[in-house]
Amino acid sequence: MTPTARSRGRSPVQARTRETATGLVLSAPLALVVTVLFAVPLVLALWMSLNDWPLLGEPAFTGGDNYAAAVDEDLFTGAVWFTLKYTAFTTAILIPVSLAMALLVQRPRRLTGFVRTAFFQPAVVGLAAASLLWYVIYSNEVSPLGSLLRTVGIGDGSIDWLGTPGSALWSTILMITWRFAGFYMLILLTGLQAIPDEVYEAARVDGAGWWRTLRSVTLPLLRPTLALALVLCVTGSVLAFEQFMLLTSGGPSNSTVTVVMAVYREAFTLLDLGVAAAMSVLVTAVLVAGNVIQLSVLRKGDD
Amino acid sequence: MVTVHDPGTGRTRRRAAAAASAAAAAVLALAGCGGAEGGGGATGQTLTMWTRAATEVQTQRFIDEYNKLGRNTVELRVIPNDTYLQQIATAAGGGNLPDILGADVVYAQQFIDQGFFADITDRVEGLEYADRLAPAHVDVATSGDAVYGVPHTLDLSVLFYNRVLYEEAGLDPDEPPESLEELAEHAARIQELGGGVSGSYFEGRCPGCILFTLWPSVWAEGGDVLNDDGTAARLDSAEMEEVFGVYRGMVEDGLIPESAKQENGSTWISAFEDGDIGVTPMPSTFLSRFEEGPDLDIGVAPIPGVDGGESTFVGGDIVGLSSTTEKTEAAWDFVSWTLRKDTQLSVLGGHSDVMARVDLSDEEAVAGDERLAVFDSLVPKGRTPKSVAFGPTFNDPQGPWLTLARGAVYGPDLRAALETNDPKVDESLGGGA
Repeated sequence: MTPTARSRGRSPVQARTRETATGLVLSAPLALVVTVLFAVPLVLALWMSLNDWPLLGEPAFTGGDNYAAAVDEDLFTGAVWFTLKYTAFTTAILIPVSLAMALLVQRPRRLTGFVRTAFFQPAVVGLAAASLLWYVIYSNEVSPLGSLLRTVGIGDGSIDWLGTPGSALWSTILMITWRFAGFYMLILLTGLQAIPDEVYEAARVDGAGWWRTLRSVTLPLLRPTLALALVLCVTGSVLAFEQFMLLTSGGPSNSTVTVVMAVYREAFTLLDLGVAAAMSVLVTAVLVAGNVIQLSVLRKGDD
Repeated sequence: MVTVHDPGTGRTRRRAAAAASAAAAAVLALAGCGGAEGGGGATGQTLTMWTRAATEVQTQRFIDEYNKLGRNTVELRVIPNDTYLQQIATAAGGGNLPDILGADVVYAQQFIDQGFFADITDRVEGLEYADRLAPAHVDVATSGDAVYGVPHTLDLSVLFYNRVLYEEAGLDPDEPPESLEELAEHAARIQELGGGVSGSYFEGRCPGCILFTLWPSVWAEGGDVLNDDGTAARLDSAEMEEVFGVYRGMVEDGLIPESAKQENGSTWISAFEDGDIGVTPMPSTFLSRFEEGPDLDIGVAPIPGVDGGESTFVGGDIVGLSSTTEKTEAAWDFVSWTLRKDTQLSVLGGHSDVMARVDLSDEEAVAGDERLAVFDSLVPKGRTPKSVAFGPTFNDPQGPWLTLARGAVYGPDLRAALETNDPKVDESLGGGA
């Protein structure tokens, strides 16, 4: 948008002042909400992370001690690596699967509406409820999954879904893919439908095949939407909690403890609020930095 | 007030309710004026009490009886077991602790250390039956010379066995195992019955359940698990290795169902209730929750050591006054009332629950209850471990104990699992204080 287009009919200065005032008024409620619910707690957490903070009694300033304790905590550092691994695997699986599903239902055909709804269904189940559901599915005692797989020739009817570090991780990723693929499909679908048909027609006229069209037309034009999906997926995975809390409780042998679980343990089991706040601040800093990098890389070349 | 019963006039009813609560407030204020020291009178108060779900049944019974007396009104809030600590911590941080606070015995020291409980040493010592309270509970409610709580409900670990399966397997249902070795033999005999029946059970993913059922065997052998001040553990001791060895053997021999490896405590009770488990240690409070029938006839016995002896883990909850309550007199009125002889007999003993006093098991009201007699006989012999860092070390699934226990039972090498993890437990016990 150019200044001339915006200021039609009024002097530019007048219009700009008016616009500024309206903008301030309109954004005030949101600014208030963000301040109360985000900025203030963030500052409090920062302050808390610099103090020894008992549940009852007065806090005492300890400087960087809590940060030293946080990075010295084996469970926390282990959780950082595990969370990064989980985030990488989840994102690498979830986004392509969602994209494939979105491409499948992109054009209206027979049953498209039905398939779209079916794909989206798991996303309306709460994450905690979904985790409990899959906890039962993975239980050899009551679940039909083992015998179902046996009849198609996989396994002997009792697969140890959550018993080893590897199986616990992949079983959780499978559950998360089921739960979230439909959601990211929906996001990507909105991006796909914003791509004008003319572009596809032009590609067809130029003789581009399916693969070429996907690579040279769809993906480049989908980049802003993909960026959004990636940021949501990475952030969500880094903050993973319910799925592991309910499916594995961090086990076996603490092999599936995520960062948020480590923070939770520090705060609510060890009751050490200062160190827990320090851990939270570190996670927040990493997340912000990660998002900035991700967005700047993905937006490069967008004008 | 005459129109209160008229269902058509909501406004009148609201007004009446407002009048009633104003009157109640006036009564409370008067009671407050005439009250003794320590803030608030001994009667006419409304008290809040929190307890975890595990003791809801017993605590509610206490409160129902007490509220009938018209002295004070106690309002109970029950919190799920798994989130009790979190809720208390949040409430303490916000200055919202209740007047009366229950605590799982293994968390008692942590609660005291955090300053949640008021010092009630003089009050407890002033009770005429002070020396007859369950000793293990009094010990964990004591820090230094100060007492912060009294026994509230007792939950002992005892052997439960299904007499029906014993008979089917040709075992004598009146002769429960007297050693862990014998328990494994019985389990093997029962396992042979087939048809989905398992000889024994193990709570493979529930750290609190494992220690509750397994440590008594170590104690029965004469071994110790923690040192006196709860700052170090002896999990690599010969006794601990022998006890784990029996469970490990039962897993290797297939006497424990495969699914037990994932047991996090939530299906513990149903596995036995289906009548498919032969003999296993469980909490005494489960007894009143089981529905016995043609497939389930329960016998109880003390938990033995590997070669004999007997002991129990005296679990359950203590109760104390929160450090922030202003209704000290009234709160103590309730707490001390729960420990009186008549109350104990009617509220606990009469419902086959273990009593918080050790001098009442011969009373007429509870005579003839054989299973309760087994429980009561164990109270003086049992132990309750005492450590500030008990919760994060042992009860928390992310603590080092669960890793040790799983390694010992399911891992490649029992000795190595104990030796590798014992120092981590020590570190957690020392570092968490």
